[in-house]
Amino acid sequence: MTKQKKWLLSCIVIAVFLALVYFLEGIIPSYSNWSMLFTVLEKGSIYALVAVSMNLVNGFTGLFSLGQAGFMLIGAYAYAVFTIPVAQRAAVYQYFDGGLIQFTIPVFFAILLAGIVAAIFAFLIGLPVLRLKSDYLAIATLGFAEIIRAIFQWNALGPITNGSNLLRKFATYQSALFPIIACGICIAIICLLINSSYGRAFKAIREDEIAAEAMGINLFKHKQLSFVISSFFAGIGGALLAMFQTTIQASAFKAAMTYEFLLIVVIGGMGSITGSIIASFLFIACREWWLRFLDSELYIGDFQVPLLRAGFRNVVFSVVIMIIVLFYRKGIMGTREFSWNGLLRWFKNLPGNIRSIPGRLKRKNKKEAQINE
Amino acid sequence: MLKIENLNVHYGGIHALRGVNMHIEKGKIISLIGANGAGKSTTLKSIMGLVNKSGGSVIYKGEDITKSNTIDIVKKGIALTPEGRKVFPDQTVKENLLLGAYLRKDKKGIKEDLEWIYTLFPRLLEREWQIAATLSGGEQQMLAVGRSLMSRPELLMMDEPSLGLAPIIVKDIFSIIKEINRAGVSVLLIEQNAKAALEISDYAYVLETGVVTLEGAGKDLISNDAVRKAYLGA
Repeated sequence: MTKQKKWLLSCIVIAVFLALVYFLEGIIPSYSNWSMLFTVLEKGSIYALVAVSMNLVNGFTGLFSLGQAGFMLIGAYAYAVFTIPVAQRAAVYQYFDGGLIQFTIPVFFAILLAGIVAAIFAFLIGLPVLRLKSDYLAIATLGFAEIIRAIFQWNALGPITNGSNLLRKFATYQSALFPIIACGICIAIICLLINSSYGRAFKAIREDEIAAEAMGINLFKHKQLSFVISSFFAGIGGALLAMFQTTIQASAFKAAMTYEFLLIVVIGGMGSITGSIIASFLFIACREWWLRFLDSELYIGDFQVPLLRAGFRNVVFSVVIMIIVLFYRKGIMGTREFSWNGLLRWFKNLPGNIRSIPGRLKRKNKKEAQINE
Repeated sequence: MLKIENLNVHYGGIHALRGVNMHIEKGKIISLIGANGAGKSTTLKSIMGLVNKSGGSVIYKGEDITKSNTIDIVKKGIALTPEGRKVFPDQTVKENLLLGAYLRKDKKGIKEDLEWIYTLFPRLLEREWQIAATLSGGEQQMLAVGRSLMSRPELLMMDEPSLGLAPIIVKDIFSIIKEINRAGVSVLLIEQNAKAALEISDYAYVLETGVVTLEGAGKDLISNDAVRKAYLGA
């Protein structure tokens, strides 16, 4: 396929997909079981954005950072605090006299602000922390995320963060298309960055720090850049997650949340953007929808299916993860990216594909002939 | 062109370089030979600013670069081909080469140099879109050399370019070093393969446990008894 053809095909697929979402949203009622589809699409795309941003640091730059939940928390709060309508503030900040901030900003700027505030925090934290290596960096960033969570729950900051109480009634979106398109644009920006000369420098740092430095790449500056950009998009992801949930509370952004993203990045493949996206949707679909049945008791006639009970889903999940870590170490995509040619090849090589059988026989005969010679 | 005076380096309690003096003239091939652990790589790394120096000075084209950082040193025109090839394994040959030109902004010049490197190493052109990890050892070494040339250096420092390569490829590498030198690049070469290095060198230094014990024209050192005994096995 030529480059233009691929572009055209991608554009058509995206347009058809968006149109389909728009169409289905009109016909699927919210009480139907299928409305889960939108939950998966919305949350999946938000998770995809955060996972890709985490992959930028962990997969592409080779820094083991575990601060993602912290940056999402900052983004979510920055967004929520500035978009709660002034008239509602008395109700939301009921323990803090209606709060300190008495104005709102438009949604678009609030989302942007979420990213910027997270990026500023990342810059400041990066100054001392990015001089650490591997595990130490992970510990420091994880610690930072926990500290941020504690600070946001602190009563003294209540007039702004509402302490440990819920933030609610802030602006949200109406259509599932909003998070999908917003995340799509952000991921496209990250893609452009990774394919630029900066992206090459990030990968060079991941592969060999000494060689990268000998090429004249400023290690600290580039690590800092990658960390700040990643946090910017994590912040935006946090804002979108707040919109999705309609209420937020700092206590939800635990380290466990970061591990979810780490899991997605590892399952998708460290250093593969499309891998992270695919893994995000799979992860969310399994957790929110397909594996839900594991959590409820199931009777076939009088026979109760054993093991199925509340919480069993997590057991299955853990087993799946162990299997992936043991047998699929590189994840779904490894460091490769999705391409139309790759998809075509994959289809052609499917075992059940009749069209591929003559080709295989030919290859097999050829090999045997070579051996006989 | 490059003048090293009384260079000292400590690794913790180990005194790795004890007052090394060297002088590299423009347009020449200089080699630095010595046994394992003599301090050859340390010398190159400390010139590049990759290792902290505990004393001495490095003067490049009349300018003191003793305390400069690596980025400035690369900008001034010194390039290092690290030991053990160290190409970026998950990136393509072309991406590797472009990374060598990371600090350069002149797109036209970069393109010209890319073509020059492809004429120098036709194998790299054949494998332009291949991932570097899938190249053979010799090809990776060619890539590493090509990559350091992409910063358009005036002084190229090579750390054991023949390490772990088949003899026939080693021969290729050495003829390419000569060709690079003919193009006007001064070369500082570190080698275990002392004979091959001395043959193409204009001048050479012998380093032993952090001290230069012998120096002279390459051809003179080949016939020197002490060198023959210690490094040429004859």
